[in-house]
Amino acid sequence: MKNEDYIKGAKLYTLLVYSENVAGLLNQITAVFTRRQVNIESLNVSASSIEGVHKYTITAWSTEDQIKIITHQIEKKIDVVKANYFTDDQLFIREAGLYKLSTEKVLSNPEISRTVRRYDATITEVNPTYTIVMKSGQTDSIIELFRALDAFDCVLQYTRSGRIAVTRGTQEQVSEFLEERESRSKK
Amino acid sequence: MKDKITGAKALMRALKAEGVKTIFGYPGGSIMPTYDALFDYTRGEKKCFDHILVRHEQGATHAAEGYARVSGEVGVVLVTSGPGVTNTLTGIADAMMDSTPIVVIAGQVPTSALGTDFFQEVDLVGVSQPISKWSYQIRHAADVAWAVSRAFYIARTGRPGPVVLDFTKNAQTEVIEWEQSKCNFIRSYVPYPTLDNDAVRQAADLINHAKRPLALVGQGVELGNAQEELKEFLEKADIPAGRTMLGLSALPSNHPLNVGMLGMHGNYAVNLKEQECDVLIAIGMRFSDRVTGSLKTYAKQAKIIHLDIDHSEIDKNVKTDVAVVANCKESLPALTALIDKANHEDWRSSFYELDEKERQKVIEPAIHPTNGPLLMGEVVNAVANQADDDAILVTDVGQNQLFATRYFKFHHQRSICTSGGLGTMGYGMPAAIGATFGAPHRQVCCFMGDGGFQMNIQELGTIMEQKAPVKMILLNNHYLGNVRQWQDMFWMRRKSFTKMMNPCYEAIAQGYGIPYHVVTDRKDLETAISKMLTTEGPFILECAIKEDDDVLPMTPPGMSVEQMKLEI
Repeated sequence: MKNEDYIKGAKLYTLLVYSENVAGLLNQITAVFTRRQVNIESLNVSASSIEGVHKYTITAWSTEDQIKIITHQIEKKIDVVKANYFTDDQLFIREAGLYKLSTEKVLSNPEISRTVRRYDATITEVNPTYTIVMKSGQTDSIIELFRALDAFDCVLQYTRSGRIAVTRGTQEQVSEFLEERESRSKK
Repeated sequence: MKDKITGAKALMRALKAEGVKTIFGYPGGSIMPTYDALFDYTRGEKKCFDHILVRHEQGATHAAEGYARVSGEVGVVLVTSGPGVTNTLTGIADAMMDSTPIVVIAGQVPTSALGTDFFQEVDLVGVSQPISKWSYQIRHAADVAWAVSRAFYIARTGRPGPVVLDFTKNAQTEVIEWEQSKCNFIRSYVPYPTLDNDAVRQAADLINHAKRPLALVGQGVELGNAQEELKEFLEKADIPAGRTMLGLSALPSNHPLNVGMLGMHGNYAVNLKEQECDVLIAIGMRFSDRVTGSLKTYAKQAKIIHLDIDHSEIDKNVKTDVAVVANCKESLPALTALIDKANHEDWRSSFYELDEKERQKVIEPAIHPTNGPLLMGEVVNAVANQADDDAILVTDVGQNQLFATRYFKFHHQRSICTSGGLGTMGYGMPAAIGATFGAPHRQVCCFMGDGGFQMNIQELGTIMEQKAPVKMILLNNHYLGNVRQWQDMFWMRRKSFTKMMNPCYEAIAQGYGIPYHVVTDRKDLETAISKMLTTEGPFILECAIKEDDDVLPMTPPGMSVEQMKLEI
C-alpha cells in the first residue's frame, strides 16, 4: 500500500507516550508504526516531569481508526506507562527552527534582518562567516521563515526540530494513573 | 546469612521459586555455566527439574508451547546464543500469535564482547522484541532473580505470551549474594483491566433485546479458566456458540449450545448464521481473518459485543458496539448476573437444516466413505471414537489440522494444541512431546501430514529417548495437501512443487525404535488404531491417504463467510 492510500481522510495526530526509562523501547514504539505502514513525521524523546519517566512526542499522518489501534498497541508494551493521541487543537505545540545564514549576505541586504524580526526569530550568534538565527513556533511559521530567507539566497544550513507538546486539558493523566497504580500495589 | 552463588545457580533457584518442573533445552557454548549448574538440579537429592534434551531448538519452543497449553503453566526453554536462539524464533513468534506463556532463556556472549560480532553473537533483544511480550538482557548476576520473576509474571498474567531472557555469560559466572525476588506488580503493565460496569450493563441490554444472539468462543476462555462461567452465561440466555480453532475445548463438543467451529473450514451453519444474528458476542477471541473472511461484509447486520482482556484487540479488525475489556473469568459472571433467562429455540433450530446439509454433503462422505482410498476425515473420526474422553489433540498445520479440528471430539478443557495464528508446519511433533510432559496422565494424539512430519522429524530422537507416549498419526498423501488444494482451486491446477517424494517411514520408525504400523485398507483402520492406543509409549500410525482429498466446507480467501462452499 502506498502512503497516499491510507492518507485519504487522514489528519496529523500527535501521540504522547510515557514510558519507563529502559533500553530498546524506542525500537518497539517505532516498530508499531512501521508494521502498520504509517510514517513518523517527527519524533522527540526527553525526560518528563515525573522522575524516571520518559516522554515521547510523535507526530504522524493517519486516520483516527488507525491511530487509535497504534496507540493501543504502543500502550500494550510492558514498559509503556501511558499512550494517548491528540489533534492539534487539544495541545499547546512548539517546534524550533535553526537557520545558518551567510553573514556577508546578511550584512549586504538589510531586508534579511527585517525578515528575521518580522517572524519573531532571534539572532543568537554572529561571526564573520555565518549568523545563527533561531525561531520557535508552529511548523508552518518555521517553514515560512525558511522560504523567506531562502529567497534571499543566504541560507547555509537549516533544520527543524521535532514537535514538543503539552496538553490543554486540566487533568494530568499520567501522574494520576501512576498514583492510582502505586496505591493499588500497596493494597 | 546470605549465601554467595553464581548467576547460573541463581537462575536455578529463581526457576525453582517459579515452580518450574520441566525445561526443554539444548546446550551450547554461551550457556555452559548454566548447564553446569543445571546438572546438579536434575539428579540426586537436589533434583527439581526434568531437562528434556530436544534435537533442535525450534523443537524446544514448540514443546514448551504444548506443555503450557495443556498444563496452564509457563513452558521453559533453555538454549545457547546465536544459532541456538535464532532457531527458537519461530516458536517465539508462534507463542506470541497464540498467546502461549513460555519463557526462553538463551546464553549470550560476555557483556564485554557485545557488539563485536563475537562467535555466536546475535542481537537477541533486537530480533525478538517484535515477536515477544517482553525481551530483556541480563548483564549482571544480581539481576537474575528480578528478571526471572518478572519474566514469569509477564508471561503468565493478562494475555499470556512469550518472554525472552538474554543471559550474558559473565552474568552466569559472576558471584553474588543470593536474594529471592517475587514480582507481582509492574506499574506500567495492567494485566487485568478493571471491569467497566457500564459496559457490562450495555452488553446485557443488547443481549436481553436480542432475538438471534450468537456467541463466538475463543481461547481467552481457556486462558481465563472460565469454562464453567461460559456455560452458565450461554445456558442462562440460551445462546448458541461457535468456537474458534484455539477455543475448541473451551466448550465441550457435545454441549447442546455448541454449534461447531468457526472459520474458513469451520461448520457451515455457524458461518452463515454470523450473517443473520442480531447480536454477536465475541468472548476471548480476536476476529482473525481466518474466522471473519471479508471484513467488508462481516456481520454488518449485528450489534457486536467484544469481551477481551487485551484492549488493543478492540476495534482492531471488527468495530464493536460494546467492548468489555477484562478477564472473562470476571466479565462473564458479571454479564450472566444481568442477563434475562431466555429461550431462543426457534433461532437455534434454524441451524439444524444447514447442519443437516453439511452432514449429508460433507461430513458423511468424509468420515464414512465406503470405497476408494482412506480419507483424513475418517481416520480422525475413528481415532476420536476410540480415544479417551480427556485425550489431547495435537495437530500440525495444513489439511491434517483442518480435518483433525473438524472431526476430533473434546470433552475436557485444555485439550487442543495447534498452531492457529502463525500456522507453523513442524509444530505438531514437538508440541505433542511437550503435551505429554504437561499432562502426563492424558492420552496425546498428534495428527501430522507427511510435510509437517518431516519438518521437525529430528524430534523422533527426543520421543525415543524420553519414551514420550505420543500417538503419532501420519496422514500421508505424498502432497503438501493444503497448498495442493489451493493450487487446484485457485491456480488452475498447476501443482507447483507440492508433490513430495517420501522416505520409508517404517525404516525411520525402526531406526528410532518406535512401534510402527501402516494402514492402507479401510477394513484395518479400527484395529490399527486400537493397537496404537493400547501400545504403551510412542507409536507411529501411518495412513495411506487419498492424494487429492479436499477440506470442505470452505470460504474461499477474501470472500464473505456466507459464501462458504460445501462442494467445489
